[in-house]
Amino acid sequence: MTTMETDGQANSAKLTRRAAAAAAIGTLATPSVLRAQGAGRPIKIGFVNPRTGPLAAFGEADAFVQEGLARALSGGIRIAGRTHPVQILARDSQSSPSRAAEVASELILRDKVDLITATSAPETVNPVADQAEVNEVPCLTTNCPWQPYFFGRRGDPAKGFDWTYHFFWGLEDVIAAFTDLWSKTETNKVVGALFPNDADGNAWGDARMGMPPALAQKGYRLIDTGRYQPGANDFSAQISAFKAAGVQIVTGVMPPPDFATFWTQAGQQDFRPKIATIGKALLFPSAVSSLGDRGLGLTTEIWWSPHHPFRSSLTNQTAEEVCAAYTQSTGKLWTQPIGYQHALFEVAVDVLKRTTALEPEAIIRAIRATDLRTIAGPVKWGSGPVKNVAKTPLVAGQWRRAGGNSLDLVVLANPGSAEIPVGGTLDPLG
Amino acid sequence: MEWINAIVQGVLLGGLYGLFAAGLSLIFGVMRLVNIAHGDLIVLAAYLALVVTQALGIGPLPSLLLVVPLMAVIGYGLQRLLLNRALGDDLLPPLLVTFGLSVIIQNGLLEVFSADSRRLQAGAIETAALPLGGGLAIGVLPLLQFGVAVAAIAGLQLLSWRTPLGRAFRATADDPEVARLMGLDNRHVFALAMALSLAVVALAGVFLAVRTNFDPAIGPARLIFGFEAVIIGGLGSLWGTLAGGVLLGVAQSIGAQIDPGWQILAGHLLFLLVLAVRPEGLFPRLRG
Repeated sequence: MTTMETDGQANSAKLTRRAAAAAAIGTLATPSVLRAQGAGRPIKIGFVNPRTGPLAAFGEADAFVQEGLARALSGGIRIAGRTHPVQILARDSQSSPSRAAEVASELILRDKVDLITATSAPETVNPVADQAEVNEVPCLTTNCPWQPYFFGRRGDPAKGFDWTYHFFWGLEDVIAAFTDLWSKTETNKVVGALFPNDADGNAWGDARMGMPPALAQKGYRLIDTGRYQPGANDFSAQISAFKAAGVQIVTGVMPPPDFATFWTQAGQQDFRPKIATIGKALLFPSAVSSLGDRGLGLTTEIWWSPHHPFRSSLTNQTAEEVCAAYTQSTGKLWTQPIGYQHALFEVAVDVLKRTTALEPEAIIRAIRATDLRTIAGPVKWGSGPVKNVAKTPLVAGQWRRAGGNSLDLVVLANPGSAEIPVGGTLDPLG
Repeated sequence: MEWINAIVQGVLLGGLYGLFAAGLSLIFGVMRLVNIAHGDLIVLAAYLALVVTQALGIGPLPSLLLVVPLMAVIGYGLQRLLLNRALGDDLLPPLLVTFGLSVIIQNGLLEVFSADSRRLQAGAIETAALPLGGGLAIGVLPLLQFGVAVAAIAGLQLLSWRTPLGRAFRATADDPEVARLMGLDNRHVFALAMALSLAVVALAGVFLAVRTNFDPAIGPARLIFGFEAVIIGGLGSLWGTLAGGVLLGVAQSIGAQIDPGWQILAGHLLFLLVLAVRPEGLFPRLRG
């Protein structure tokens, strides 16, 4: 009873008037058959994610997650005594904020979705949430640190938003996890920073809210040469500044090609830090394995891994089982977005199961009352930094060789998230 | 010492920009075609090299022996089957066709290879360096890349001025109608020029892919540096293109030395300055 529709199908359905009429007859006919069994109208969940463009890596697991979901939801969802089939309408944001806003508004106004969801970086999450807020449609999002989500949409902490709810971690968690990780080995506490001139880089490098004041308070000396332009082909200036200052720890939040350029040049120009903890660039095993042996020992933030001790509320699979199923079905290594995309649908389904009626106000009431243990950790609004944000755990760890060519991401620092076990001690680089 | 280092690294980076630009410059010179898909063709070459290195278990540099001819064949076919049909008195249709080609290549690569960030691994040579004393070190790979850029441009230059094919290129560039009257087949000449252009693209793609990660979407960002190098160096001049690449690289690394935020901006400023002061470029061969 779960159906899935993608952009292509929606477009081809628009092709001819006859096809449209046939489709209309199809949708009219189905409920009349089901009505005899006490069935309700289909619930429509909109889902916007980058499948193409520079952020496409975040959308890679979409098909896998949705297939699993279709199986779990084949019985439909029961709301107020009626069983409703579930339709997921997936749309590609093409990694562009304007395209994300456009498909979100189509989902809301034309397809009349009951609930809209989005994941993967402010470029997709924010425009979708903005559309939902304006049109008063319940919206669930994840996979974007909460500060760019909330302040990027000009949220007022005193008021918050009415229709849009988000779960993920924030910058304060990154700082806590990174500094906890660095405290696990002896260094001179001189940190070199590589912050690009983009939403993430400016937030991390912010002189008031970002890393500089937090690190200073913890006794680290930060060498910040300034915001570089993403896509830079040369990092010699930063490398010589780091060498001159005796930097032993490198940190930053970089797109994968920028870090690869930096890391290759650092090797050529004989800059050998003890620790390199980089956000964003080292999330995906494919990006780390592309660095070869020089990828081993690098450290990064971990939102989710096969070692997370959580289970899916939909399928009861453990994190490890979901990762194994992904590798089996796609032949590829697990990625961090799998867990959060799965969790997003867990929350959506949980909300719909608890809603008293299939209407926006009831759904929002159900979202506010959420208290669910997902595969990405517990999700509960009300105790977060602002009313629309629920925080999930963030830890930090190190990429290591796990037999043959396969890589393992070992959790080494878990401040504030003791239930995620630490898997070893930090090995300095080189 | 930091400044010397910045200039040296900038010159070496300029070699890569020269490689990006040489193919663009060549086909613009011969057939006035602005190839918007140039950056995506560089990425296509990188993926081709990825397939070759994985299938045959060889390193990226030996893979050039296969990738360069393969890209040349692709270039010949592309020109004969597609671009020749779009060429005419109007500059716009071929421009639009290459724009479409860029979209098709990006999404085709995404379908086949997924959005994973890839790199070509060259082993120990990746981080090998020649120490110059005083804390200066030159990476072996950037040096090799610069050497290959110089060699590729010298080769194209020799070909242009010392061979019958080069004469055909120049004749067709000067006046396609008269060249045809003299018995030259323009379609074949153009296709050979595109084949050569993509052979250089293959070099650029492989060196880029060793230097950094690539994914299907990075092509257009690389195109702009190629264009700037061509304009700075002067339209249609091959050595000028290399000089343009080097100047661009040095401007960027000096900009970065002042403030990393100025890196890309410094290159764009040099480009604007050249456009304002010498719109024909520093070493132009084409006039009018």
